[in-house]
Amino acid sequence: MNRTKGDEEEYWNSSKFKAFTFDDEDDELSQLKESKRAVNSLRDFVDDDDDDDDLERVSWSGEPVGSRTRPGSFQSLSDALSDTPAKSYAPELGRPKGEYRDYSNDWSPSDTVRRLRKGKVCSLERFRSLQDKLQLLEEAVSMHDGNVITAVLIFLKRTLSKEILFRELEVRQVALRHLIHFLKEIGDQKLLLDLFRFLDRTEELALSHYREHLNIRDPDKRKEFLKTCIGLPFSAEDSAHIQDHYTLLERQIIIEANDRHLESAGQTEIFRKHPRKASILNMPLVTTLFYSCFYHYTEAEGTFSSPINLKKTFKIPDKQYVLTALAARAKLRAWNDVDALFTTKNWLGYTKKRAPIGFHRVVEILHKNNAPVQILQEYVNLVEDVDTKLNLATKFKCHDVVIDTCRDLKDRQQLLAYRSKVDKGSAEEEKIDALLSSSQIRWKN
Amino acid sequence: MAFPHRPDAPELPDFSMLKRLARDQLIYLLEQLPGKKDLFIEADLMSPLDRIANVSILKQHEVDKLYKVENKPALTSVELCFHLPLSLVNADKLAGRTRKYKVIFSPQKFYACEMVLEEEGIYGDVSCDEWAFSLLPLDVDLLSMELPEFFRDYFLEGDQRWINTVAQALHLLSTLYGPFPNCYGIGRCAKMAYELWRNLEEEEDGETKGRRPEIGHIFLLDRDVDFVTALCSQVVYEGLVDDTFRIKCGSVDFGPEVTSSDKSLKVLLNAEDKVFNEIRNEHFSNVFGFLSQKARNLQAQYDRRRGMDIKQMKNFVSQELKGLKQEHRLLSLHIGACESIMKKKTKQDFQELIKTEHALLEGFNIRESTSYIEEHIDRQVSPIESLRLMCLLSITENGDARCSLDTHYGPEHLLTFSNLRRAGLLTEQAPGDTLTAVESKVSKLVTDKAAGKITDAFSSLAKRSNFRAISKKLNLIPRVDGEYDLKVPRDMAYVFSGAYVPLSCRIIEQVLERRSWQGLDEVVRLLNCSDFAFTDMTKEDKASSESLRLILVVFLGGCTFSEISALRFLGREKGYRFIFLTTAVTNSARLMEAMSEVKA
Repeated sequence: MNRTKGDEEEYWNSSKFKAFTFDDEDDELSQLKESKRAVNSLRDFVDDDDDDDDLERVSWSGEPVGSRTRPGSFQSLSDALSDTPAKSYAPELGRPKGEYRDYSNDWSPSDTVRRLRKGKVCSLERFRSLQDKLQLLEEAVSMHDGNVITAVLIFLKRTLSKEILFRELEVRQVALRHLIHFLKEIGDQKLLLDLFRFLDRTEELALSHYREHLNIRDPDKRKEFLKTCIGLPFSAEDSAHIQDHYTLLERQIIIEANDRHLESAGQTEIFRKHPRKASILNMPLVTTLFYSCFYHYTEAEGTFSSPINLKKTFKIPDKQYVLTALAARAKLRAWNDVDALFTTKNWLGYTKKRAPIGFHRVVEILHKNNAPVQILQEYVNLVEDVDTKLNLATKFKCHDVVIDTCRDLKDRQQLLAYRSKVDKGSAEEEKIDALLSSSQIRWKN
Repeated sequence: MAFPHRPDAPELPDFSMLKRLARDQLIYLLEQLPGKKDLFIEADLMSPLDRIANVSILKQHEVDKLYKVENKPALTSVELCFHLPLSLVNADKLAGRTRKYKVIFSPQKFYACEMVLEEEGIYGDVSCDEWAFSLLPLDVDLLSMELPEFFRDYFLEGDQRWINTVAQALHLLSTLYGPFPNCYGIGRCAKMAYELWRNLEEEEDGETKGRRPEIGHIFLLDRDVDFVTALCSQVVYEGLVDDTFRIKCGSVDFGPEVTSSDKSLKVLLNAEDKVFNEIRNEHFSNVFGFLSQKARNLQAQYDRRRGMDIKQMKNFVSQELKGLKQEHRLLSLHIGACESIMKKKTKQDFQELIKTEHALLEGFNIRESTSYIEEHIDRQVSPIESLRLMCLLSITENGDARCSLDTHYGPEHLLTFSNLRRAGLLTEQAPGDTLTAVESKVSKLVTDKAAGKITDAFSSLAKRSNFRAISKKLNLIPRVDGEYDLKVPRDMAYVFSGAYVPLSCRIIEQVLERRSWQGLDEVVRLLNCSDFAFTDMTKEDKASSESLRLILVVFLGGCTFSEISALRFLGREKGYRFIFLTTAVTNSARLMEAMSEVKA
């Protein structure tokens, strides 16, 4: 146990070589012995998994394995009992061990719980009166070990009617939480829902029922299942979501069938140029909107797949809509659509540019979609705040905007500084030089 | 730069012993099944196993074939434990093969699993065993239980199944490194783990008696005492590497963008990596400067070879070159990592994100922050990120900020939101009377004895985050005149750019200073932990002054690298050394994913 780091390193390295000599084997053996010593020195780790473990070993191979380290299976019995020397039970010879275990344990609830914590097999069958069962549960809870609490609950679940079980757990919240988690883990949905119903936890009941849709693969079946969720006692806000979820999937199924057909027919340009990467089924609303802005942008409002229809049906806020449409159209490099997205006409027929998300965001999104400088420039110019405008223009190399802004600000110094950032001999450099030498401008610095 | 340890800092105990123990136990278990055997390993266990034993060790103990069992997200841990055995046993039965099967649970076997094996009718065919491998030393001062599921199981589901595992781990530590004379803790789980551990010690009386304590203090802390710190973006190097690349079991996979080759590289990150060790605790802004300085030094050392005669050259090659090459390799890796981090962070407007987080922590410009978060969600940057920001907003503002934000989210997230609320990561102001109504209804049914338990079950329901008040009480937002100099940190706030002292670390600092909770009643009350803050001292006559400067901090539910860095800093300031024991290393993304019902 007192190997130094170096030794260990060497051990690791050397173990990579599989050259086998007698010496090596010897070494291995001593290694193993050392392992065992170490292991044995920690009673609670290995040695403690006593009697039943021996039983297993006997049952598989017909003879006790590992007898090198342990006395025969018979003695191990007394070993198993030796951890509670205060109690001594006369072993009934000749009786199979398994049975012996059941007969002998006249443990009190607290002893039983302690044995369970150690991972020992321990029959709970003798706790038959409700009072005994509950006492056992209380002991388990007061010991804090969740594994033991669950073990007792498994026993109670098997031996009590569910009404009684539920009634008793309602006033024992720690145990109740364990039962709920246990039922979730083993997937006993029916009992779980019964429990929530009994406890009058309507929202959890609804959510728990709703959760099941995650296990349904088939889209039509999933849709039908979601339909059964509408009207369950969710919170008001959640109710709206459930309704939307259903409607969305319903739409997606229609769109998917239609588009798959279009795509395979190969007649539609957009699908030929940009084959779909994945099915739209079960995608979130915003992804669906993006998809629809990408493939179905110009459709009339009446069709299920049109973006405007989605916007209205799901009450998508303006900002969200514009962001999504912008990203989709920019990806397709449909700059006219982008332009139209921000163009509004007032009652006199004048057009005006307006962006609910702010033009600085528009510029960033366009840049992310590799928009050409001319396009970027146009939108950078629409940014109201001069500092932001200048920053963006510099960041995205919209030289004209930078130069014009500096000129408007009469900021000779900044213009001079910017000169070093443009290419030598470029049109931009000429423009800057022309401005710098112009006598028309009254520079502020 | 790079914090050297104080000369008077106490030596750390040697934790590599834990590895040897785990390996020996594994070998012992393998030897229980003599002859050739196939080994199926659950995916989550692969990395920890890797740190304990390599393939050749397994082969030496007659493991014939190794299989990795991929985790199917639809399966719960309990289901997983029988699926494989079941399919194997049945396939063999069909084929008329007879084999022996053993399921080895690590670190612990659960009755629920045995019950399932029994129900499926394979209980007799399959035997069960335990590999009590619960403490993996990831570094000289960091022990991980590698139980990421602890967080969800306990803080969401209220399942206490891992408490015994924690108690066993503490018991093992006290067996190996002597008793802990001073114990402190905060949190419901901390208290339960402590009590169960005490029980264990009493049952096995005598094992630690007479041992000299090697570690003077132990501090247990529940993750839900401080969610805020874990929700923040990390900016110390190690934390940033974790947030960006995910450190898994002490090692990280650097992709081609970092290695500047076409291969990915698995790199162990710990104190052995000399370059990493010097920058791991540094604020990211210092790391570049440090690395370039280091690169210059390296260049200078290489350059020395010019003008060497043949003998000097021989010496150089045999003695220094290897080290230099190694350093060179590490240096280029970390420079690559930094570049990659920079690229990613610039792309996602990290600066603005951090600004928002700081505003939330300090509690100003709430409107602005809220609209930033809203926009973040609109832009669909990343669902996990948005969730994290919402939680941060909600906890720091004590639920006052209405989370109408979830409307944008897509319906499946409904379940996630419900989980976040239950765990207390999203706090909404529940109308007080609803709660009282439920409480009074239940209390009518309850006998006096159970009443206490009800109250604590309800305390989680009634839990409100009082972050603002706590922050004021504990001075978590340092007042700074002018720039906070991140090169020369003056307090633990440097791990968050000088904007915020991690709450968890501040609590630990305060308690250690007082050696008790005295004077912290108000803080404890605000943390909703009045019943769960404890101290336990024994006589210290045997403890050396050295050991009294060693502190084991136990994070139940996970700790972040930022917290580790902050406490390492505190240790240097005060002449302590901290040892960290965590159920798993965590960060904001992991917390959110643990709550997520829609598996990404």
